[in-house]
Amino acid sequence: MKADTKARAASRRLPVIGKSRTGIAGLDEVTYGGLPKGRPTLLCGSAGCGKTLFGMTFLYNGAVEYGEPGVFLAFEERPEDLIKNVGSLNFDVERLISEKKLAIDHVELERTKIAESGEYDLEGLFIRLGYAIDSIGAKRVVVDTIETLFSGLENEQLLRSELRRLFEWLKEKGVTAIITGERGEGTLTRYGLEEYVADCVILLDNRIHDQLTTRRLRIVKYRGSAHGTNEYPFIIDEQGVTVMPITSSGLEHGAATERVSTGIPDLDQMLEGKGYYKGSSILVSGMAGSGKSTVAAQFADSICASGKRCVYFAMEESPHQVIRNMRSIGIGLQKWVDKNLLRFSARRPSLFGLETHLATMYRDVTDFDPAAVIVDPMSALLNAGASHDVHSMVLRLVDFLKSRGVTALFTNLGTGAGEVANTEIQISSLMDTWLLLYNRETNGEHNRQLYVLKSRGMAHSNQVREFILSSEGIKLRDAYVGPEGFVTGSARLAQEAKDKAASLFREQEMQRRGRERERKRREISAQIEILKAQLESETAEEGLLNREETAREDQLAADRVAMGVSRQTEARPGTPAAKSTTKPKK
Amino acid sequence: MTGQDGYNLRLYVAGQTPKSIAAIANLKKICEQHLTGNYEIEIVDLMRNPALAQRHQIVAIPTLIRQLPEPLKRIIGDLSNHDKVLVGLDIRPT
Repeated sequence: MKADTKARAASRRLPVIGKSRTGIAGLDEVTYGGLPKGRPTLLCGSAGCGKTLFGMTFLYNGAVEYGEPGVFLAFEERPEDLIKNVGSLNFDVERLISEKKLAIDHVELERTKIAESGEYDLEGLFIRLGYAIDSIGAKRVVVDTIETLFSGLENEQLLRSELRRLFEWLKEKGVTAIITGERGEGTLTRYGLEEYVADCVILLDNRIHDQLTTRRLRIVKYRGSAHGTNEYPFIIDEQGVTVMPITSSGLEHGAATERVSTGIPDLDQMLEGKGYYKGSSILVSGMAGSGKSTVAAQFADSICASGKRCVYFAMEESPHQVIRNMRSIGIGLQKWVDKNLLRFSARRPSLFGLETHLATMYRDVTDFDPAAVIVDPMSALLNAGASHDVHSMVLRLVDFLKSRGVTALFTNLGTGAGEVANTEIQISSLMDTWLLLYNRETNGEHNRQLYVLKSRGMAHSNQVREFILSSEGIKLRDAYVGPEGFVTGSARLAQEAKDKAASLFREQEMQRRGRERERKRREISAQIEILKAQLESETAEEGLLNREETAREDQLAADRVAMGVSRQTEARPGTPAAKSTTKPKK
Repeated sequence: MTGQDGYNLRLYVAGQTPKSIAAIANLKKICEQHLTGNYEIEIVDLMRNPALAQRHQIVAIPTLIRQLPEPLKRIIGDLSNHDKVLVGLDIRPT
């Protein structure tokens, strides 16, 4: 964008380089508009890199999409072979030839059949090419591979000067040309063509790492224009050539406040009742059989049900297998495939290198324009590359998807038992929402549990829920927390029954105890009655005794008085008389 | 017309360049010397007939093609090296 505006601003004063679109997905982005118009571009790479196919695609797109006829000057392949080779891409070359939009000229050169005597030049080639260009009014030319001349003719010095003349001549003709060249050792091309073609040089590469091939493209130079400088992965398949124009994306993507349902009402409930953020990245991790794919499929189902598109990248199962398995739990994906809302893209991770995976994903996403993407399982990509490479690839994929506002759900297969709170590829920090699924063994059975480990930008539930797969999809049960801790599955059912029994027992016990207390109370009050009666009779007795005692005292006193009276003569009345009474007792 | 074992030679040139003129002269000389009367020369100027360049697989100029007797033989250059021409055309020097 920046380069474009700059170029436009400059056009008022200075002539700027024109661009000729290749129509190859991604290549026009990294070259900021295409190849230099009216100039030759050198396309080099080792055998099998796709040079011929690049060239053919350039011409085909030019003829079909941009109204620019083209000439293919082939030194290596016969026209019928060329037509067959690109037939797999649905390029109807024969029709273009009959419509005079494309011309193929095959140059046959065999050193053994040609004798040389004296001086010559390559005027014949110029005349051929010139005639082909003029006869269809060509604007584009591909010369593939002109270096073959070096093995067909002896005089290398002459060839070099003629090649220089050819490229100058092409420029004068004003055609946009691609010259292909075989990669040499230590040089871009075996015969140093880069000396003559200096405007734009593109290098194709085919690297093998761990038996996996990755194709890469790099723009070595582009005179007079800004261009991407990285190595960009590209793929060649039945849909032609696709260059993946991202190698490192920025963090400039906007953040949507819109929400999308997870497809599981109970899970939505755990995420503020609304689900994921649109355009966010979701990681679902767990062990084998913990239900990751099901969570993914539920999400895909809900996306499609809302009329939006979804791409499902299946890394371990075939589409049929996924559809069949999900049908068993009541998720019907086939109807979405039929309605062209769901696209399966199933590839074994070991099929090709990471960059190629990234490029195919890029192609599928740009092509299908989905609202959501599922990668199941992402951890399988570890089979295609080293851990840090996978990290970098996922990072770019996440950035790319975010920049398009595509909600992405990745599943990650954890190893080992218990909760796996880290992923091998350290991507958890890239994820906005992380659902943890575990499969806990208790009492001889495994029960699934789900937990929202994190979910950026929302107040999510902190509860561990029991995760139940039924024929009606996923249900999340509230965690059962009893006196013996957190329990799930049949243990939960058993615990519930046990609790019911226990509470019944407690109730009966309470009643029994109540009755007991009542009985005791009654017993005590009865005892109190008895004691009271005893107390009363006791009191009555005491009064009687007191009275008897008093009567006896009175009697004694009276007796003493009577005694004193009788002894009046001997003693004085009062106390001394009493003294005297004790004396005689001694 | 030549006899049954006569030579039918076709020389492709592009306009009146020095190389073309030299080639024509050299060819005539060789034929006079070694194939007296038993040859036919056809000169094709690709400047006038450019479509023939592709049809007859011409790359270098000048190109001499021995049409007859078969098999087809090709020699490129201004034919200044007579020995090479004789070997190329399979003519025994007389």
